[in-house]
Amino acid sequence: MTELSAPDRTEPTSFVFDNESNAAIAVAVAKYPAGKQASAVLPLLDIVQRQMARHTGSAWVPLVSMDAIAERLDMPPIRVYEIATFYLMFNTKPIGRVHLQVCGTTPCWLRGSDEVAKACRDFTGIKGYGETSEDGLFTLTEVECLGGCVNAPILQVDDDYYEDMNGERTLALLEALRRGERPSRGSTIGRANSAPEGGPMTLLTTPAE
Amino acid sequence: MPKVTVDGIEVEVPAGSNVLQACEAAGKEIPRFCYHERLSVAGNCRMCLVEIEKAPPKPFASCAYPVNDGMVVHTDTPMVKAARRGVMEFLLINHPLDCPICDQGGECDLQDQAVGYGGDHSRYHEAKRAVVNPDLGPLVKTIMTRCIHCTRCIRFSTEIAGVPEMGATARGESMAVGTYIEKALSSELSGNLIDICPVGALTSKPYAFVARPWELKKTDSIDVLDAVGANIRVDTRGAEVLRILPRLNEDVNEEWLGDKSRFALDGLKRRRLDTPWVRQNGKLVRTSWPEAFAAIEAKLAGVAGDRVGAVAGDLCDAESMLALKDVMASLGSHNLDCRQDGASLDASRRDFYCFNTSIAAIEEADALLIVGSNPRHEAPLINARIRKRVLAGKFPVGLIGAEADLTYKVAHLGTSAADLAGLLEGTHEFAATLHNAKRPMIIVGLGALRGDDGAAVLAACWKLASATGMLTSEWHGFNVLHTAAARVGALDLGFATGKKLAQMMNGGVEVLWLLGADEFDTSKISSNTFVIYQGHHGDRGAARADVILPGSAYTEKNGTYVSTEGRVQRGELAVFPPGEAKEDWKILRAFSAMIQKPLPYDTIEALRVRLEQVNPIFATLDVLPRFGCGDLTGPAGDATALSSTPFLPVVANYYMTDPISRASATMAACTEAHAPAHAVAAE
Repeated sequence: MTELSAPDRTEPTSFVFDNESNAAIAVAVAKYPAGKQASAVLPLLDIVQRQMARHTGSAWVPLVSMDAIAERLDMPPIRVYEIATFYLMFNTKPIGRVHLQVCGTTPCWLRGSDEVAKACRDFTGIKGYGETSEDGLFTLTEVECLGGCVNAPILQVDDDYYEDMNGERTLALLEALRRGERPSRGSTIGRANSAPEGGPMTLLTTPAE
Repeated sequence: MPKVTVDGIEVEVPAGSNVLQACEAAGKEIPRFCYHERLSVAGNCRMCLVEIEKAPPKPFASCAYPVNDGMVVHTDTPMVKAARRGVMEFLLINHPLDCPICDQGGECDLQDQAVGYGGDHSRYHEAKRAVVNPDLGPLVKTIMTRCIHCTRCIRFSTEIAGVPEMGATARGESMAVGTYIEKALSSELSGNLIDICPVGALTSKPYAFVARPWELKKTDSIDVLDAVGANIRVDTRGAEVLRILPRLNEDVNEEWLGDKSRFALDGLKRRRLDTPWVRQNGKLVRTSWPEAFAAIEAKLAGVAGDRVGAVAGDLCDAESMLALKDVMASLGSHNLDCRQDGASLDASRRDFYCFNTSIAAIEEADALLIVGSNPRHEAPLINARIRKRVLAGKFPVGLIGAEADLTYKVAHLGTSAADLAGLLEGTHEFAATLHNAKRPMIIVGLGALRGDDGAAVLAACWKLASATGMLTSEWHGFNVLHTAAARVGALDLGFATGKKLAQMMNGGVEVLWLLGADEFDTSKISSNTFVIYQGHHGDRGAARADVILPGSAYTEKNGTYVSTEGRVQRGELAVFPPGEAKEDWKILRAFSAMIQKPLPYDTIEALRVRLEQVNPIFATLDVLPRFGCGDLTGPAGDATALSSTPFLPVVANYYMTDPISRASATMAACTEAHAPAHAVAAE
């Protein structure tokens, strides 16, 4: 792997679904009854965001693509804008190549999410949430509960959860990300899924037969 | 029907009603922001909370809660009062305290209800949010920090106007109502957003900082800028018309009004004729009434009655047209025309030229064919009614004419009269749709009747109507959609006899009296013809005139108008005409005295008696009885001589169709804003 390069973050003037997207759209639309294809707007926004990531390195949903979705699903464009801006998972502005999402909700915060966020800021030079680093590689956002509280604190990188984080391991992860690597996701302290730290704590013996 | 007890008062309401409607039936006023009778229920403002017995012990949003038989509702318990006060406190958290500079002040739902449910001071000390104002075009001003997110405007534009361009973007504290992308609302009904907005978030741009509602004198009137006959209220201060608002009339405009009718009023102050003019040596010079009359009298001397003619314009009231007709008769002339566009209208029977189905009964129809018309531009309020019917379901609409976005789905069946043939022969599939419908209707626009084959198209449309069951003893599905407010009244008065306009223009007359007639190419009038222009604006007619008699606009006179449905309505004088200008029938009465042939009426009441003598229909004010069609004999015309020349749109630019809107700066700004859609077709 080579070091990451800055993504193309210019506003496109046109948008065409590529073959991979078209295949995914066919699957998404087929899930809904005829005439109710507008229900597929959420999967389509996600498909677009992934296509943008593939083509430009920046996972976001430009205005022209929302218009393309509206046309494909035969719905007024404003209805797509409403949905895309409602869900924070859709980026309506270009982001960096790597999207760092720090969970700041209570369990993660109690377990040290401030430290994780600080490590992200220090490493990338980003001053506040919602910003992109000067080299264009990292965008840092704060997200609400990721549902991984048992392994708090969590740092979500694009689609992957990195769990049981602290400042040090966050810095190591960011180093690796900059080198173009993707360390294996999940717990960073080696526990299996959300099993107790240091091995099993209960049911240590099997009952006598 | 379920019986509901509201605060001890038992009322019976239709099944499917909501609790709010039951409370209203019991005479209890329920505060509300998001609920609106003509829009879908959103239930998001939470102001209409009530308590319901034998239901979970919590306040219920009455607008979104259906009634049950035996339900007991309380609207004035401590719990209800506390809940509403709580909602009000939350609404006011982010609402700015800028009432003194807000145009909604004095007619603001939030202001009024805060008096009833608000506290005397705020307990909120944190920063308030501020929202960026989107630009919605030249008509609607936005101050979105005042928005309370009732979503009425979103529902109006989506449901009634049929232009889903407004929405609520982002969420929570960042939620903003707007269009997301900068664009002017592409609706002819956008002014109604101002009326339905319960706060000062959407206000009138041209009326910004002009007046307070309590300063205004309110006069009931009738709109004349299209032929719908929308009921309006003219708000004036001193000698100035400051704003025009719709008046409720369920049978005509409901509570809506088109943008042109609402905003063209600044045209009433510009390019006005406020003094008589006479052409001397090729140039118009100011003169006095006696001299202007003397010039006409001198010209008329020795001219045979048949060499005199009159043309009535599109904005004329019935009184002045009748007075002109009587003056012409006293001169021995019966050369009268009101069809400036040359439309082939058969005045021999009233149902040949009226919108017989009536606007309200569109909702009872079950199939529609539109021929040579774009109702969205020619009559936005009728278009809104058609859309309402389309949304109710099972209402196929066919269109023969220029393709256009009418805000609902239309089957485009062709572009010219020749395309009627397939329907007449029954070979086209839409013919079967019309046949199978129980109450089909046809709307014939003037675009279909202006061509050389106009009479043939009219006859063919009638033939189609009678062949497809549109004409029965209790249903009349044949409709002509006019664009001129004066047209039906003129035809009712017999203002279409003798020489036609084209003949009169080509030297058929020596003296031509134009009563507010500006909608034809006046420069083509034969140069030997002496032209008298009586009207209120310096437009095309005045430009060609040899004598100009300054008349009054529709807000400046008591006038009777007959809408395209044949509904007789009366507007009242709101302000006096400017300068030397006079009410039109009075001008004609004075002139008749000057030429020693005085008209037999001295007051408007006497003139109205004469109106009823000429046509008893003028006695039936406001009401429009429903009627069927007993006589299937159609209008004159060869129903087979249909040409394949495409119908042309009657209204090239919705915002400029008459002398008033052409003089309006607001309408010019609208034309500019919507240039991509209209400029190509502009004259």
